[in-house]
Amino acid sequence: MMATRCRVQLGTAARFTLPVFALTMSACSGFQSALDPKGPRAAEVARLHWTLTAIATAVYIIVIGALVYALWRASTREPFIDEHQYHENPDQAGVMKRGVIIGVTATAIILGVFLVLSVSTGSAVATVRGDKPLRIDVVGHQWWWEVNYDDPIPQNQVKTANEIHVPVGRSVLLKMRSSDVIHSFWAPNLSGKKDLIPGHETVTWFRADTAGVYRGQCAEFCGYQHAKMAFYIVAEPRVDFEHWLDQQRGPAPKATDSLTQTGERVFLSGACAMCHTIGGTGAGGNIGPDLTHLASRRTIAAGTLPMTTGNLAGWILDPQSIKPGTKMPPTQLDPQSLQALLAYLGSLK
Amino acid sequence: MAYSQSLPMRDDVPEPPPFITAEVENDVRAKLSATWKEKSGFYGWLTSTNHKSIAKRYLVTAIIFFILGGLEAGMMRAQLSRPENRFIGPDLYNQIFTMHGSTMMFLFAVPVMEAVGLYLVPLMIGARNVAFPRLNALGYWMYLFGGLLLYGAFFFNTGPDAGWFSYVPLSGPAYSPGKRIDIWAQMITFTEIAALIGAVEIVTTIFKLRAPGMSLNRIPLFVWGQLITAFMIIFALPAIVVSSTMLATDRLIDTHFFNPAEGGDALLWQHLFWFFGHPEVYIIFIPALGMVSSVVETFTQRRIFGYPAMLLSMVSTAFLGFGLWVHHMFATPLPQLGQSFFTAASSAISIPSGVQIFCCIATIWSGRPRFTASFMFVLGFFFLFIIGGLTGVMIASVPYDLQVHDTFFIVAHFHYVLLGGAVFPLWAGFYLWFPKLTGRMLSERLGKWNFWLFFIGMNVTFFPMHILGLMGMPRRVYTYLPEMGWGPLNLLSSVGAVFIVASVLVFLSNVFRSLRFGAPAGENPWNAPTLEWATTSPPPAYNHLFIPVVEGRDPLWDAAPGELSVVSGLRTDRHEGLVTSIMDAIPERRYEFKKETILPLLLAIFGGGCIAIAIFTPWGVTVGAIMALIVLVGWFWPTISPDHDTPVARARR
Repeated sequence: MMATRCRVQLGTAARFTLPVFALTMSACSGFQSALDPKGPRAAEVARLHWTLTAIATAVYIIVIGALVYALWRASTREPFIDEHQYHENPDQAGVMKRGVIIGVTATAIILGVFLVLSVSTGSAVATVRGDKPLRIDVVGHQWWWEVNYDDPIPQNQVKTANEIHVPVGRSVLLKMRSSDVIHSFWAPNLSGKKDLIPGHETVTWFRADTAGVYRGQCAEFCGYQHAKMAFYIVAEPRVDFEHWLDQQRGPAPKATDSLTQTGERVFLSGACAMCHTIGGTGAGGNIGPDLTHLASRRTIAAGTLPMTTGNLAGWILDPQSIKPGTKMPPTQLDPQSLQALLAYLGSLK
Repeated sequence: MAYSQSLPMRDDVPEPPPFITAEVENDVRAKLSATWKEKSGFYGWLTSTNHKSIAKRYLVTAIIFFILGGLEAGMMRAQLSRPENRFIGPDLYNQIFTMHGSTMMFLFAVPVMEAVGLYLVPLMIGARNVAFPRLNALGYWMYLFGGLLLYGAFFFNTGPDAGWFSYVPLSGPAYSPGKRIDIWAQMITFTEIAALIGAVEIVTTIFKLRAPGMSLNRIPLFVWGQLITAFMIIFALPAIVVSSTMLATDRLIDTHFFNPAEGGDALLWQHLFWFFGHPEVYIIFIPALGMVSSVVETFTQRRIFGYPAMLLSMVSTAFLGFGLWVHHMFATPLPQLGQSFFTAASSAISIPSGVQIFCCIATIWSGRPRFTASFMFVLGFFFLFIIGGLTGVMIASVPYDLQVHDTFFIVAHFHYVLLGGAVFPLWAGFYLWFPKLTGRMLSERLGKWNFWLFFIGMNVTFFPMHILGLMGMPRRVYTYLPEMGWGPLNLLSSVGAVFIVASVLVFLSNVFRSLRFGAPAGENPWNAPTLEWATTSPPPAYNHLFIPVVEGRDPLWDAAPGELSVVSGLRTDRHEGLVTSIMDAIPERRYEFKKETILPLLLAIFGGGCIAIAIFTPWGVTVGAIMALIVLVGWFWPTISPDHDTPVARARR
């Protein structure tokens, strides 16, 4: 798995005096970072971030400077003795009035600049770039992501979970809905959020300009396991993407040796098949993720664990201790059946 | 007719001869004390309708909830201090962050601001009590019962767990079975009743019970802040009244307001909730602005600069506050043009806020600041609130918000706004008015420890959250993976929380120490300009011995030195006050305040029982309503003298 490379410089002295400045100083790259853009949408917003941060820092320094100056000026004054010194004198009143008017005018002008920046960035990122975007349907579930690659030819449709493969350089249009509560789709390196709302279909888009694996996660509180509802976007060159899509289109690989055949029987005869689908077998449940090509995916349980045989075994036997509250029930299996099942699932490339 | 009064700290002014002799004064004092004396003992405590007793209870209760909410925050910080921590699991974590938000918003912030208002407004405008004393008591009991319901449920593991915003369908019957959300919805019902009662009290009191001469343009900015806030409550709360009731009926009697499968709509909740929820922020912030004005004025010894500008900026903040709720919903499918409108409205708030800040800076510049703990907290307000305000403008931008929405960036932003913009002023106000409430001074030394620990702790805790949000950390997650790289900043943030805890402990020890050993305060220890300082500390049950006559915006500074005109001729043998006109505060009628009674408590028990039992059976509404009706018959039974509301001669002055 990718390691994040985060260089967060905490300007210790600067932090208390110039907090906004510290934000400017902190640079962070990572596979789930809004400041490490890998596509045009995130890039525009990252640029907006630095611009706004610079403006905000300048404004902060000026206003706090004015406050500190006022305090210093006033502290050097003799304490009032005269009973009637509760009002500013006329000279002061003029200066104060000018000061406030300048301050408010400057605020209004800066806001004008801000609005132009905001609206222009907003319109730049709002519409899909490129004329033939790749269409992918995403369905939010408590707590995993269903991903469908639509195709006019039914047998070319692809259904997978928690992992979205996209070609580099091509815009992707996501049509999203939710099967239960509100979720929010967010892959910070590529684009901002869009909610998945039951009863509404929402649309978002992104484009990955650099090949890589980017993490995203649900950003709208969706219950018990909101924290463990992640997904990966795998941006790969066009050829690799087409290859992946072809492979995903087919049914599950046939169980060939006796071990995997036993595993398939365990799967079909146990509780597994009631919730999960494996294309080309009798398993057609649609409560949990489609497992037709499970072994080709990078993680288990919506980004909770890396895909290894050991993790898969742990997940099947006791999912509730790994992801408490998940809809997946624990499964009792004798060691032979478990080995066979793991071998079978591991063969589902 | 004029009554002279010596103002402390002005020993250079020779005392003018008293117009009202000490004998008359003592006589009036004795009569008023006898008339306004409340029953003692526990029963007396239950029946009290004096605004100061009620407000002090509000204040103490709100501070207790603040501490409970803070403990919840501490538990969250402990859980998040390292990746994959196993301190608390998702079930408890979700309850805790929901409790933290609900407590701080509904049980601390709004009630504490109303508490300060209910205590100070009558004193500042020279009234003897709030307009409807019994209603005021009812408000407190409802608030208390709402809080007890929520925490009672929480300790039985039935705390709400869908967030303080309770988005449907997650909070609906299908995805939150059990009673947790019902408890939340009914707690909302309790607190919204209390808040509306407080608002009605404050509006009526300010409009009709001001001291003669306190025309609209002489009302202290603190009182204006309370008035504007009260109007905001009256307009914002109905939205949550409606939506929480719809949620409760969806859950309890199977209506389908929010169920898309039956033609309902999940987004409807968000519109209704935020139509209340965003003004709520200003309901917390505007009273704080009023406190800032009072503190700046007092500790610079300068009349606040730009009174009309300050006032109009508060009013425009209140209006704008109703026009930006959609900025909580930028990630929902709403038209882009519509969203841009809310960007403009949200960022426009910074203009009136700017006016406030610039006028305060100008006042400081022209004055002679005294760096008391109270004033330090106001300075902290500037340093912190401006950061929150600037990030607030940033997130008003739709594309920017889509990246940081529902991340720790937002958590950082609104803690800077709410702690910096409301809790710091609140503390400033506490250090300013504690001597008035208790008659004793707080320790300045501990006050400064209180300030510095909180200021440092607040920055260490919340500043890193900006960066965490940009690094992709969403809100409301009970754990995160080590490879996310969020560990170090989270740990730093949790360390900051330790400073905050230390600060609150210093504060509490300061309060308890000063209650016993604090230096006696005298009437006006800070030489402040407003009327609450023209009576003893703590004030007697009837507030001012004679109702003052106001001759300027800062009555104690504007009156000829050492003199304050007063009203005489009001009856001292009953709870009599003066009703004045809305605009110019010209005396119109005498008015008899209702006396103490057990009825508010009974009504709260039956009305509250009706609300609480409805969680379990709809029969609660029927039975509770009948019981409450019986109490209401007693409530409206005519008991006071027929001439309780008599006109006064116009010329009396």
